[in-house]
Amino acid sequence: MSALRIRQLTTKLIGPISFDVAAGECLALMGPSGAGKSLLLRAIVDLDPSSGDVSVGVHARYDMPASEWRKRVGLVPAESGWWADRVCDHFPAKFDAMGLMEGLGLAGALQWDVTRLSTGERQRLALARALCRKPEALLLDEPTASLDERATGLVEELIRDCCGKGMALLLVTHDRRQAERMTKRLLLMSNGKIDQPSGSAA
Amino acid sequence: MNSYISLTYGDLLLASIFLVMNAVFSILLSLRLERQLIVSALRMITQLFLVGLVLKIIFTASSPWLTLLVAAVMVTFAGREIWARQDRRLHGVWGIGLGGTSMLLAGTIVTVFALTTQIQPTPWWSPQFALPLFGMILGNTMTGVSLGLDTLHTALYRERAAIEARLLLGSTRWEAVSAAHQRAIRSGFTPIINSMAATGVVSLPGMMTGQILSGVDPQEAVKYQILITLLIGGATGLGVLAATFASVWRLTDSRERLRLDRLAATRT
Repeated sequence: MSALRIRQLTTKLIGPISFDVAAGECLALMGPSGAGKSLLLRAIVDLDPSSGDVSVGVHARYDMPASEWRKRVGLVPAESGWWADRVCDHFPAKFDAMGLMEGLGLAGALQWDVTRLSTGERQRLALARALCRKPEALLLDEPTASLDERATGLVEELIRDCCGKGMALLLVTHDRRQAERMTKRLLLMSNGKIDQPSGSAA
Repeated sequence: MNSYISLTYGDLLLASIFLVMNAVFSILLSLRLERQLIVSALRMITQLFLVGLVLKIIFTASSPWLTLLVAAVMVTFAGREIWARQDRRLHGVWGIGLGGTSMLLAGTIVTVFALTTQIQPTPWWSPQFALPLFGMILGNTMTGVSLGLDTLHTALYRERAAIEARLLLGSTRWEAVSAAHQRAIRSGFTPIINSMAATGVVSLPGMMTGQILSGVDPQEAVKYQILITLLIGGATGLGVLAATFASVWRLTDSRERLRLDRLAATRT
């Protein structure tokens, strides 16, 4: 059970930004396109250089190698990247596939060919790929942007499960109704800054 | 064997007859190639005459400093050529420095090695041996390094989503770029591998042809050609490896990030 703490996070384009995501909380991050939401997520997982403190539980990001940090704090970007031909090559050799893949409506997908995946399938598989590595905090960039209603439901269900297990979740979404369904707290971002440190989505 | 046949300027004029014919055909068929054809032929003639003149002066002077100076000029031009042949280059001084330094290192190590242990002229830096050898090695290393860097930078840019996906799942920078890096190294090696495989069957190398034409025993010419080809292959490989490893190191950082901000935008 670890909270995600962000203090004075600053890059060339955004910040300074400070907020917390409690263990088991799903926090929504909203704002117009170009506000810097995706850049904020990249800075948190240390994919872009930034200053300021980020920690998950008692662990600060610079106390460990970046590869270790990203196993603790996962990011599923809006557009997923694939480097091998088969879906299963993007997953660890051993992991509990059954529950996770079926929960996303992707039973059997591990045997599929990456080039034949639909956008929605890619999006869900990228989520599964991040989740099976059991991160303590997970950042999701519009995880249901190209999903139909049923698949969106499955993903939202899975997110609730993760929070139930104590994961800290930061959800970037353009769908206000989804934010209301999924979260109790909402951050608004514009011009690279957080407008409102906390508040109610309702 | 000493059947060296000296050429007169009249012979050269006569040799140009087919080229002039091509220019006439170009006019007749409105290909509009005649201008380029004549201009580039004239350029070739002028440049070679000048080089001949310069080489003669350098050989006569036989000064280590003058030899070094000429070698430095050659490296500068080759470095600039590597820079110009890349679609996406490293920002700033790295753009010309990284490829140039890799080529300089590989070319110098291999040339000095060959001069001091195999060819052994006196003095070892004798311009008559050092400069042509360095030039051939540099020219080929240049091709390899520019191909390798061009492939690497294009691949890192196009495949950034896949590379960052691997980084996000906990890979190190070297693991994440390995596929692109391997492809870049292979493409840098390809020309020299192809040319070694085809040498002697499809084409007689220019250097060997020149030696045979000027009366050198073919077996001696062959030995020189093999020596040069082996040196070229070795230097190209070293140059490509040095340049691509250095470039991956520059385009990533110790926090396992892909730093495409250090890559300049594509040229227009």
